[in-house]
Amino acid sequence: MALSRREFLQGTTAAAAALGLSAGTPSLLTAAPRDSRLGGAPRTAGDAASRDLALLALDAAKSAGATYADARVSRNNVRNVSTREQRVLGLVDNETFGIGVRVLVDGAWGFAATNDLTRDEVIRVAQQAVAQARANRSALRRPVTLAPVTPTAEGTWRSPARIDPFDVAIEEQVGLLLQANEAALKVLKPGGRGMGFVNSSMFFLREEKTLATTDGTFVVQTIYRAQPNMTCQAVNVTAGDFQSRQSTDIQPMGRGYEHVLDANLVVNAERWATEAMQKLGAKSVDVGRYDLILHPTHLWLTIHESIAHPTELDRALGFEANYAGTSFVAPPESVLGKLKYGPEFMNVQADRSQEGSLGAVGWDDEGVQPDEYLIIKNGIFNDYQTTREQAPYLADWYASQGKPVRSHGNSYAQTWADVQFQRMPNVSLLPGEQDLVWDDLIAATDRGIAIVGDGSFSIDQQRYNAQFGGQLFYEIRGGKIVGMLKDVAYQIRTPEFWNSMDMLGGKRSYELGGAFGDGKGQPAQSNAVSHGCPPTRHKQVNVINTGRQG
Amino acid sequence: MSGPRSLFGAMAPHLGRLQAEALCKRVLGFSTADEMRVNVNSGATANTRFAVNQISTAGDNTNVSITVRAIFGKKAGSATTNRTDDESLRAVVQRAEALARLAPEDPEMLPELGPQTYVGAGGFAQATASLDPAGRAAAVRSITDPAADAGLVSTGYLEANTGSVAVATSRGLFAWRESTAVALTTTVRTPDGTGSGWAGATSHDWSRIDAAALGARAIEKARRSVNPVAIEPGRYTVVLEPTAVGNLVQLIAGAAQARSADEGRSFFSKPGGGTKIGMKVVDERVTLLSDPLDPDAYGTTFGGDGLPSRKMTWIENGVVKNLAYDRWWAQQKGAEASSFPGSLRMLGGTTSIEDMIASTERGLLVTRFWYIRPVDPRTILYTGLTRDGTFLIENGRVTRAVKNLRWNESPIFMLNNVEAMGVPVRVSASESGGPGQAVVVPPLKVRDFTFTSLSDAV
Repeated sequence: MALSRREFLQGTTAAAAALGLSAGTPSLLTAAPRDSRLGGAPRTAGDAASRDLALLALDAAKSAGATYADARVSRNNVRNVSTREQRVLGLVDNETFGIGVRVLVDGAWGFAATNDLTRDEVIRVAQQAVAQARANRSALRRPVTLAPVTPTAEGTWRSPARIDPFDVAIEEQVGLLLQANEAALKVLKPGGRGMGFVNSSMFFLREEKTLATTDGTFVVQTIYRAQPNMTCQAVNVTAGDFQSRQSTDIQPMGRGYEHVLDANLVVNAERWATEAMQKLGAKSVDVGRYDLILHPTHLWLTIHESIAHPTELDRALGFEANYAGTSFVAPPESVLGKLKYGPEFMNVQADRSQEGSLGAVGWDDEGVQPDEYLIIKNGIFNDYQTTREQAPYLADWYASQGKPVRSHGNSYAQTWADVQFQRMPNVSLLPGEQDLVWDDLIAATDRGIAIVGDGSFSIDQQRYNAQFGGQLFYEIRGGKIVGMLKDVAYQIRTPEFWNSMDMLGGKRSYELGGAFGDGKGQPAQSNAVSHGCPPTRHKQVNVINTGRQG
Repeated sequence: MSGPRSLFGAMAPHLGRLQAEALCKRVLGFSTADEMRVNVNSGATANTRFAVNQISTAGDNTNVSITVRAIFGKKAGSATTNRTDDESLRAVVQRAEALARLAPEDPEMLPELGPQTYVGAGGFAQATASLDPAGRAAAVRSITDPAADAGLVSTGYLEANTGSVAVATSRGLFAWRESTAVALTTTVRTPDGTGSGWAGATSHDWSRIDAAALGARAIEKARRSVNPVAIEPGRYTVVLEPTAVGNLVQLIAGAAQARSADEGRSFFSKPGGGTKIGMKVVDERVTLLSDPLDPDAYGTTFGGDGLPSRKMTWIENGVVKNLAYDRWWAQQKGAEASSFPGSLRMLGGTTSIEDMIASTERGLLVTRFWYIRPVDPRTILYTGLTRDGTFLIENGRVTRAVKNLRWNESPIFMLNNVEAMGVPVRVSASESGGPGQAVVVPPLKVRDFTFTSLSDAV
C-alpha cells in the first residue's frame, strides 16, 4: 500500500467539527460586502466563508425585492463501495458543494442555485431567484403565506455517528465486504461448483449544511447516513429458476460506520445465502385469502406507502397531482378527526427525533424545529405533515383543537441544487400495550403467511390499492411455521387493510426500518426516512401468485 | 464556469468542446497514476411546476461534475467534485488515486481506451437552451388558463436541461457532446376529484412541443373520465396509447444485458445455459432498436468509458438479435462491446387508434401506466396501475370511463399478444415527468392483458 492511512485521510476528510461559529449572532449587517479574498473560498459548508456567502445571498435577495429569503450552503460527501463475489466493482467518493437561494416576491416563489461559490455568482443567483419569482407572479392565484416560526439565531446539530465512515480505511471496508461475499459463496457454490452470485455494498453520506433565513435563523448541521447492503442469488440453470435474498434485516440508519460493524455481515451472509437456496425449493403459493403476520423489516414499507405518503398535506391539496398523486385522505375538513384509519389500538407518530433514525435533524430546511405529533390517534386520522407554507391551510382544524398554526418542520431538499418542499418525517406505528413478540403472533394464528423483509412494492396515486412482495414467506398452520413459500404478493385496499389489523407487537418487538431513496416532487428528489413498528397481524388479506409462466 | 453571465444564461452555462478539453487536460496533468479517465458533465437545469392552476415552484441551477478514475496496475478508484479551481481538481485526483492504491486488484481490469471514432452529433436545440422563466410561465399559462376557464384543476411540470458531457483518458481519448432535453406533462382533474386526464411530451427541441394542444388533450381526457364505473378484473383486450406502450416496452431494454443472461439470472437466459440470442421471444412483427442518431430520439454517442455507441437492434422480427455487452464480457464471449445510447425505438404498423377501437368488441383503452415496479425478473413481470384516462370499449366504441386497475404483466407476454400496431411517436415514458430516456413507440392493440384488482383511485 503506497499511501498510509493518514495520508489517505488528508484527502477524504474535512474538519466537520470545526464549524467556526464563535463569531456571534449573525445579522444581515455582518454580511456587508467584504473583499472575498479576505474570507477566501468556503472549504466546508459550515465555515465562516460559507456563512458569509449565505448572508450575502439574503442581502442580495432583499435588495432585489424579496420579502422573504433563505439560503442553504451544503456539501454532500458520498462514499460507495461495491463488490460482487471476489471482485471490487467500484470505490467511489463523490462530493457536491454549492448554494441554493429561495425567495418570496409578492407571494410567489423563486429558486436558483449554483456550484460556483464566489461572491459575484452568489449575488447573481439571488437576483436570478427574485427575477424568476417575478416571472412566476404572472401565473399566481393564491399568494403564499408562511406560518410563524421561532428563529434560531445560532444553532448546531449533528447525527449521533460514533465513527465517521470517511475516516475508516477503505481496505477495511472492502475487506469486510469480500469476507461476507466469501461466506455467502461457500453456501451458494459449495466446493466452487454450481451457479450462485453475491453483490454487496456500503453507502455513506455526510452532509454539512448551513441554513440562513431572513427571519433570523442561522443553523449548521452535520447529517450522517449509512447503508450496508447485500444480495445473495441462487440459480437453478436446468429449471430456469433463480431466487434472491436481500439483506433487509439490516436497514439504513442515520448513523456512522458503527452501523456497518453492528450489522454482523459475515455471519449473516451465510444465513442469507442459505435462505436464497431454500427459496429455490420453496412451494409456490396457492392464491387465496390468508391471515398475514408482517415482520417490522417488511411492514415499514407498507407503512411508508399506505400511511406516510397519503398524509402529506401537499398531496391532499392537489399539489403533487401530476406525479406522486393526490390522496384518499382528503379533503382535510372531511377527514381530520373523522376518518377511521384502523383499530382503536392503532397510533402513528411523526417525528424527526428518534435516535439514529434517517429523518432526524435539529431544524428542517426552512429553520423550523420539528415536533413529534400523532398522524393517527386511537385509530382516527389526526394530523397531516406540513411545512410553513402549508400549515395555514389547516388553521380551522388547529383552532378547533386549541393548537397554534405551526409547521411540523417537514421541509427538506436533497441537495443545495434543489428547492425544499414538504417531505415526510419518520412515520412510525407505535407498539401495543401487550408485551407480544413475533413468535406470539405466529402461535396465535391457525392458517396464515408470515412475511419477512421488504420486496416488490407498488401503490396507486391516491394510496388505495397496493401490492407488496417480500423476501421470505412462511406458511403457518396451527400456530406453527410448516414450510417456506415463494411467488407471494398481497394486494390491499388501504382502509380495509389497516382496519383488518387485529394483533400488534409490544415495545420489545419494535424496530426501525427505512427508505433510503424515497422519491417525490418534480424534479424528483430523494429523501431518507425511518419507519418504526412492531410486527402486526392482518385478517384475510388477498394473496396472489406472481410466478407466472410464459 | 466563471466570468460575466446574464441572469438567464444567454451564454451557454455548459462547457463547450474546447473548455471541456482544457479542463480534462488540467485534471490529467495532476495525475500520478498509471492511467486516468476524466468525465465532465456540465450544464443548467431549469424547471417550473404548477398546481391548482398556478405556478407553485420553479428552479434554475447550474452545476458541473468532474469524475476522476485513477488506475494503478489492476487497481482502480474514483472520486467526484463539482469545483473547478486547481486546488479542488488536484484534491479530487489525489482522492481517486488514494482509493485506487488501497483497492484490491480487479481481475477484470482493462486498460482505458485510446482515441475512438464517433458517429455524428445531434440532439441540441437552441429553443430548449433559451427557454427562460418567462417563457416557461407563458407555456404554463397556456394550460392553466383554459383549465381554469373550464372549471378544471391543472397541475404539471416543465423541465428543460442544457448540458454537455465529456470524457478523456490518459491514452489520448477525448469525446464531447452537447445536448438539450425538455419535458412537459400535465394532469387535469375535475374539482370534485371524479375525473383525471393526463398528457405529456418530451423532446430535445422545445419548438416541437405544443403546450396549449397538450393541455387541451388533458382537459378533454379529464372531462371524459368522470364518474368511472367498476369492472371485473381479469384478462382484457387493450388498446394502449403510445405512452402506455413506452412505459412497458422500455423495461425490456433494461433487462437485455448479456452477462446476467449468461449467468442464468435473466429472462434472456436460455434454460440449460447460454443466452436467448437467436431465439424468437415475441410476435414476429416486433422490432426493437436503439440508434444514437434517431432524429426523434437522439441518444448519447459514447458511453462513460468513451466507447462509441452505435445503432443496435435488440429484437428483430420477434427474434433476440443482440444483448448489451460491456468491454470485459464482450472479450470473454468474443462479442462486440457497445454502450447503450439511452434511446429506444419500436417499429410499428399503420393501424390508427380509432381503427383499433372500431375492431374491438369489448376491451379497454389505456392512457398510461403508473407505479411500475418489478415483481419477477424471470419473466420481466412487473406490476402497476392504469392512470388518468381508462375507458371501456364496447362494440367498437368507447362507451364510458372505468375505474383504474392494477395489472401484473410482462412486456414479453404483451408483445406475444399483439393484434395491431400503429405509427410510432416519441412519448414521455418516465413516471416522474422528467425527460428520461428517449422512447419512440407505436400504439398497440393487445389481447389477454392481465388485470388483477380494481383501484378506487382517480
